[in-house]
Formats: sequence, C-alpha cells, structure tokens
Amino acid sequence: MSLEQFSKRDVAPGYIFYNAEERPQSGWEFFKRGFSRAIKGELLVGLKIVLVEMFKRGNTHTVSYPQEKLAIGPRYRAIHKLLRLQESGSDRCIGCGLCEKICISNCIRIETKLDKNSRKEVSQYTINFGRCIFCGYCAEVCPELAIVHSSDYENASEQRAHYGLREDMLTPLDEFKANKQQEFPGFGALSDDADSFVKKTPLAY
Amino acid sequence: MDWAIVIETVIKTVIVLSVVAGMAAFATWIERKVLAYMQRRLGPMNVGPHGVLQLAADGIKLFTKEDIVPQHAVKPIFKIAPVIAPVCAFTAMAAVPFFPEFTVFGYTVTPIISDINVGILFVMGVASAGMYAPLLAGMSSTNKWALLGAARTVIQLLSFEVVSGLALLAPIMMIGSLSLIDINDYQIGGIGSWLVWSQPMAFLLFVIAGFAETNRTPFDLIEYEAEIVSGYATDYSGMRWGLFFVGEYANMITVSFLVSIMFLGGYNPLWIIPGAVMILIKISAFIFLFLWVRAAWPHVRPDQMMWLCWKILMPLALLNILITGIVLI
Ligand code: SF4
Ligand code: SF4
Repeated sequence: MSLEQFSKRDVAPGYIFYNAEERPQSGWEFFKRGFSRAIKGELLVGLKIVLVEMFKRGNTHTVSYPQEKLAIGPRYRAIHKLLRLQESGSDRCIGCGLCEKICISNCIRIETKLDKNSRKEVSQYTINFGRCIFCGYCAEVCPELAIVHSSDYENASEQRAHYGLREDMLTPLDEFKANKQQEFPGFGALSDDADSFVKKTPLAY
Repeated sequence: MDWAIVIETVIKTVIVLSVVAGMAAFATWIERKVLAYMQRRLGPMNVGPHGVLQLAADGIKLFTKEDIVPQHAVKPIFKIAPVIAPVCAFTAMAAVPFFPEFTVFGYTVTPIISDINVGILFVMGVASAGMYAPLLAGMSSTNKWALLGAARTVIQLLSFEVVSGLALLAPIMMIGSLSLIDINDYQIGGIGSWLVWSQPMAFLLFVIAGFAETNRTPFDLIEYEAEIVSGYATDYSGMRWGLFFVGEYANMITVSFLVSIMFLGGYNPLWIIPGAVMILIKISAFIFLFLWVRAAWPHVRPDQMMWLCWKILMPLALLNILITGIVLI
C-alpha cells in the first residue's frame, strides 16, 4: 500500500457523492430555474411548518434547568469521590501514590506517613480541580477503587478552596452508615464479568 | 399663536413616544416567545408569569450595564450614533395617523401629530435617514465587523430605497395625494375598496422593501451573527446598544402602520368592528408576520439582496407603474 492511499482521507470506501443540481448554462435556463423555483412556493412551505409547530401543544424540548435535570450517564466523569471500605468504614485509599504518579496534569498531591501500627497512612490528599482535565486515569489506575468519579457536575463556587480537599470528596460518614455509598460503574471499575477472569491460586489444589 | 394647538401637540407627542416605546419593549418579549414556540422552545419563563416581566429585567440590565467606549473609536460619533436610530424612527411617526378621529369632552382629537400634505414621503424619508445610525456606528467603531456592517448598511439602503419608492408610486397615482389621511379615506368603502386588490404587486413589493428597511430576517445582513458577529453593534454595550433596538422595533411598528394604511384600508371601520380596533388587528398581524418570517426563512447574502432588488423587484415596480398608468388613462 502506498502512502497516497492513506493520505486520501476524503474518499472512504462507501463514500456517496452528492449529485447537486447542475448549474444552468445559458441565460434562458437560468431564468427557467428561477421561475420554477419562484412558483414552487417553497418559502410558503417553510412558513407553514413553523406555524404548525407553534400551535402544537407539548412538543417543547426545553429543559427548565434548575427545576428539571437531564439524567446523565453512570459512567460520566465529573468531580472525584473518595470511597470508604465497606467493612470498616475507613478510607479505602492505601496511599500507594499511583494516582499521583499517573495524573497527566499533575494535580493530585498525596502526603503519607507511617501510623502508630507502622502502616502507611494518608495524611494529605488534595486534587487541584483547576488543573484536572477529568481524564479518568486516576480512577482507572487505583488498585483499591478508592478514587472514582461522581456524577456531581454542578461545581461553581466563588473560591477555589471549596474544592479538592479530601474531606469534601470522601463519602460523609452519615451517608456511609445509611448504606448510601454507591459503586462507580465507570472508568476503572470492575467489569460485570470480572469474576470469570479470576483464576484459582495454586494453593487450592 | 394658538397655544391650544401647541399644548395638544406636546401631549400627543408624549403619548406617542411613551406608548410606542412601550409597544417596542413589549414586542421584544412577544418576539422571543413566538420564536421560541415556533422552534419548540419555551422562551423566557422565569421572570413573572411566562416571563412577561423579562422586559423589565432586561431594561434594568441595559440601564445599569457599564457603558464601554472602545479606546480607538471616534468617540463623539460613536456616542451619538445610537441616538439617531430611535430619533428617526419616532420622528417618522409624526405624520402617521394612528387612529380615526374621536371626541373627548366635546373636543375633537385627530390622532396624528402633524397632517402634512406630503405625509408618506416624509415618513419614508425620515425612516431611511435612520440608516445613518448603523452606518455611523459601524464606521466610528474601528472594528472590522462593525465596518463590514456599515458597508452592508449602504448596500441595503441602495437596494430597498428604490423598490419602496417605486412601489408606492402606483397607488399614489391612483389616489392623487401624498397625505396618509387622504390615502386612508380613499379606501373607506369596505374591504372591496382596499388598495391591496387593485395594487397587489405594489403591496408585495412594499412589504418586501419594508422587511429590508427594518432589517428583519430575510434581509438582516447588517447584523447577521454568523457572518459579521453583530455587525455595526459589535462594540456597543448597555443602553447604547439597546437604543438601536428601540429604533428597530419602532421602525417595525411604523412600517406596519404604513402598510395597513396604504393597502389594507387603514383605520376605516369594518362592519361592526370600530376603526381603532381594525388598525390594531392589522398592525398586530404585520408584527406577527415579521416574527413568523424570521423563524422560517434563511437570510440572503448582500449580493443576492442587490440582485433581487435591482434586477427583479425594480423592473416589476416599473412595470406596475406602467400598467397602472395605462389603466388610469
Ligand atoms: S482525572 Fe486525570 S487529570 Fe484529573 S486528577 Fe485524575 S488523572 Fe489527574
Ligand atoms: S491510587 Fe488509589 S489507593 Fe493509591 S493513592 Fe491513589 S487513591 Fe489511594
């Protein structure tokens, strides 16, 4: 295959050419076309269509936004959430730092330290949402499904400091206790058939 | 000097100014609503019932907005240009009879500010002088979109002016007077005597020219967003910008009055409907036509507009005059 075939992008296989009306050649043909268009009354058809639409009831497509909202897809990638462990209620994040490492726009910042049981503890977790491009890599890379995207897309505020703190993103304890924490089906989450990929460990046989 | 006439004229002027300005403001709301329903939207909904108070909200916004004058604009002209539009539009109304005569406390009121004997010429001339507003605004803004808008203003003026003038000539030949009151009285004998039946071509041509004069949709080329941002008004903000639109809507109302009086029997009563109601119905229908066309039709390019006006409409108008002349003799 030569290079030309690759660079010829405008003519894909199955490309249908539109045969436009031929341009009139002589003055007489031009006049005939103009005349036939003039008596066809296409303009009146346009007027009729909009008038009929005007008197039809209940065909408006407007969503009265603050009162009505469109349902957004479950995989939508809006502001991040940090989830809690189902069993203990503590933060799922193990402080591995993968999300900080992968983030394209370098906007996650994690500080970790050893707690009194010599386990790693996340002492600081912030995301600078001013720089985040919502690519979803952090959610994809997280081994614990700790950082995911929520569907909360209404994020306007007067101050940047209102966002990006761990306390704001972490599932609130009362919500968690009421069993309201929802798993994220989107980017990075386990697929529905994930169980079929699990192999037995050699110890079992 | 008869002071009664001066006082009467001043009162009439104030009434016309306030009523027409109010109608123009209300027309913006109607326009948004009608267009919205035609395009399967809702239009303004939140301020007042079905958004009626939107015009108050818009007014407050326009009046309190910062008035920006671009650094390199020709400042005096830039500042005065928006005033020209409403001034010309309202001046044109001086010779338009709005309603039939009526009597208040035994005093006969003629609802026309000044019945000059060249009424129709005066109205057309002054309304066209309003085209100086976009022209000067565009040229003083030092902005390329505005300049293009100004250039298109000239094209528009050159195109529609010849058509509207020639179109009116034929009915005027029949009536033999330029006063709008005489024109109205000529059609006093019911629907059959309306000039639209004897002069259908002139009616059509004049309506087309009216669309061009008020720069409404098929001919809205001087401020067409997709091509030249906002045309002559690109650099304007706040109430200066708003004045252009007061002028545009006032012009729409004037043109509607003109067409109704010239061709559709004006304010003559019909059957049991009094004349004042008749003319209100007619101008409402015309304003609706302006909006309807805006929702349905695409707009033309400047060259198409000149082509249309000079090569199609003007010969038709001349032909119409010729035929009228032959028939009259
Ligand atoms: S979504 Fe992308 S840019 Fe935003 S924090 Fe995650 S990795 Fe960084
Ligand atoms: S990748 Fe997940 S577990 Fe690792 S630090 Fe980020 S949020 Fe915590």
